[in-house]
Formats: sequence, structure tokens, C-alpha cells
Amino acid sequence: MQIQDTPSLKAEARGLNFYYGEKQALKGINMPIYDKKVTALIGPSGCGKSTYLRSFNRMHDLYPGNRYEGEIRFFPDNSNLLSPDVDPIEVRMRVGMVFQKPNPFPKSIFENVAYGLRVRGENNRRVLDDKVEHALRGAAIWDEVKDRLQDMAPNLSGGQQQRLCIARALATDPELLLFDEPTSALDPIATGAIEELVHELKKRVTILIVTHNMQQAARVSDYTAYMYLGEMIEFGKTDEIFIKPQDKRTEDYITGRMG
Amino acid sequence: MNETQHLSSQFDEELSRLRTHVLQMGGLVETQVSAAIEAYSTGEIASVKTIVETDRKVNELEKAIDDDCAHIIAKRQPTASDLRMILGISKIVTDLERAGDEAKKIAKGVRRIYENGHLPGQYGVGIRHLAEAALAMVRQALDAFARLDTPQAADVIRADSDVDAEFKSIIRQLITHMMEDPRTITTSIDIIWIARAIERIGDHAKNVSEQVVYIVEGRDIRHTKEQSK
Repeated sequence: MQIQDTPSLKAEARGLNFYYGEKQALKGINMPIYDKKVTALIGPSGCGKSTYLRSFNRMHDLYPGNRYEGEIRFFPDNSNLLSPDVDPIEVRMRVGMVFQKPNPFPKSIFENVAYGLRVRGENNRRVLDDKVEHALRGAAIWDEVKDRLQDMAPNLSGGQQQRLCIARALATDPELLLFDEPTSALDPIATGAIEELVHELKKRVTILIVTHNMQQAARVSDYTAYMYLGEMIEFGKTDEIFIKPQDKRTEDYITGRMG
Repeated sequence: MNETQHLSSQFDEELSRLRTHVLQMGGLVETQVSAAIEAYSTGEIASVKTIVETDRKVNELEKAIDDDCAHIIAKRQPTASDLRMILGISKIVTDLERAGDEAKKIAKGVRRIYENGHLPGQYGVGIRHLAEAALAMVRQALDAFARLDTPQAADVIRADSDVDAEFKSIIRQLITHMMEDPRTITTSIDIIWIARAIERIGDHAKNVSEQVVYIVEGRDIRHTKEQSK
């Protein structure tokens, strides 16, 4: 099936370089992120896909010696996420992140989800109740936890913890969600639940996902980018990349012809 | 086509075994067609039995290859050129099997004609020529698959329209004969069946060639104008 017209842009990397100290990890990345679509980043370990993903919420700012060049435009306001004038805290409100291993805070289920809202200064109990419920429903975990919101989050199963982390990311109504191998620590059933959730979520939020599981990229994404050695080798519609990639390096990777 | 080896040498072996089986099956079909033509020309109806027996082997191979395709899909989740190879093969074997069936039909038609008397000489040349053309298409289609050679596949696709035109001309001739001399109707109808079967064999060879183009280039050229260019 073809995706007909080109959707609008949510973000766009333009000439993005990134350095860990002396080491250049991203080389001149140009890539569109389409609004309310799922874009998968694939590539062998060390190709820069996680580095690229983390640039979107300025996570690299947390360590000294890291340096960006180029820009990541964020729409509709057309701001540059990487600009020093832009507050990383504000960026992280708009760009949520879910990590490889579920990392709930050692707090109750409720407080995990309410955390971002409280950081924002929201203390009205009724607003918090509403937003927490909305986020938990959005992450397809509400029915499982609604009767035990005060239980400690780390007591949930791995799959539930991951969905809780998604709810936590959703609570601040982000516009872009970053997933860094969100299912690599989960069993196939929990993985299926997360994939189904991704499919639901893209109705309201744009998603960028790093995955080592090629079939997962093929299943959940609308667009796929193949990265290798810090470069963007090929970007295209997922349907086309997995049937007829244009670049031999992409072909070799997705058919299992290289490590 | 990607000839680089997979990380999994077992996967390479599975794919190469699959291709070998397709070529083996194609070889059998080719023999069937050529034997059926031979029987038509010489009246050696003893070979009809062999053709029918070969058809059983062809059917078995079709099932085995389809089964292997299913296993590879389940185990390896092939993508890109590997995926196209598996999908293409699964369609190619269907066409090969049907071409084998057509050869069997020719053989049985030949037997009917010769058992009822002799083959009227005037039909010999046209049919034989048509059959040689179809057989050449089958051979070239299999070659094109073996070498993943799209120019050759394109040749086969072009050749099909010649075979179609020749088929129509044979039918016109037969209709004339039947009108002139109704005693030829029984034999003429048998010959029409045979000509029809040969023409179908050409179609199947063309379909195989279309799959070769899909496997190599990822373009689906079925039912498009492109194939006549």
C-alpha cells in the first residue's frame, strides 16, 4: 500500500553533525520527521541512531564535551531545538522519551505519571487525577492499574513498567515521542502490546523509534531510515525500504548480509 | 541481484537449494513439452505415458518448493531481494506446474488423434513451429531465472505476442478446413486443443519471465504496457 501525499513536517534535521569530544558520531544528517507518523531508525550497533535520537531532546547536553553542529527544526514554530537559546527543559516537555529498559521512579504508579506535571508546577489534585488517568489510558495500562495507583511502580511486570513509562512521557502532552529500543527487554506478548500502542499513539503524537528488530521497524513504522557509521544512508517509506531498498548497504543490512 | 552471502550460511544454503529445485522442476517441464511435441510429430504415443508420469514428479516438486518457501518465510522473515526471490519462486512454480499440465494435455490429444487414425499432414508444420517457439520461451525463461537476466526475460515477454499471433493464424486455418471438409472436424478440434495448450505454455513462460523482472528489479510488470516495449 502506498502512502499517498507527503504529510506535513514535525521536525527536520539539517546538516546535523554531532561530536562526543573529538569523535564525530553523526555526519551531516538531513532527514524529515513527518507529523503523526512513525519513523524507525535502523542500523548496526554504533551507527549513531541512538545518538541521533537523543539529539532531539538535548540529552547530550547532560555531558560535557558534547557538541552539535547544524540544526533540528521543530514545527509548527520552526524553532531550532539545538539552539543555545532554547531551554532543554522546555524541549523535553515537548519531546518525550522512552528508554530501552523500563525505568520507573521508585514511587507510586500515580506519582510516576504525575511527576512531569508536578515539575511543571501543577498541584491541583483534580487536574492531576484527570491527566494521570488520561495518560494511563493513552498508554493502554489504565485497566490494569486503576485499582492500585498507590502501589509502587517497580512492582509492576516489565511490560507494564514500560507502558507506565510511556504514560509518564505522555502526561506532559508531548508532540514528539522518542523510543530507544522500547521492547528489547520485553517478551513477545508485551512487545506486541507496545507495538499496538505505538499504532494507537500516532493518531495524536509523532514518533521516532530506534529498534534493532527489523521486523518491528517494518511492522510499526511509516518511514524508515537506515544509518551506518554516523551517516544517513537511506530514508524512505517503510513499504519501499523493506521490499526494494535503493542502496545496496541498506539491502545488505536488512537481508542479514552484514554485521 | 544481491549475491553477497548472508551472515547465516544456512540461509544461503536454503535459498540456493530452493533455486536448484526450481530449475530441476523447470527442466522436467521442459522435457515434458519437448516430448509432447516429439510425439505430435512422430506419432510415438508410447512417450505419452512418460509425460504423464513426469507430471506427477512436477506436481510433487511444486508442493515441496512451496513448502520450503513457507518454511523460509517462517524461519527467516526474508526482506528485500530475498523476499522478492521467495515470492517470485512461489509464483514461478505455479506457472511451471501449469505448463506441465498443458504438456500432458498435448500428449493426450496426440494419443487421441493417432488412435483414431493418422494425422492429416497439412497441420504438421504450423503446430510444430508454434510448439518450437513456445518451447524456446520456456527454455529462455528458465535461463533468465537461473542467471537472473532481465534482458533475456524481456525477450521472452516479447516473444509471447508472436506465439499468440501464430496461434490465431492456426485457428483460422483450421476453421477453413472444417468448413471445407466437415470430416476433418474431429481431428481439427483435437488440434485446436493442442494449439491452445501450446499457446498457454508460452503464456506461462512469459509469466515466469515477469517474475524474474520482479525478483531482480522489484518492479511488477504484469498487466502493464511496459512488457511490450
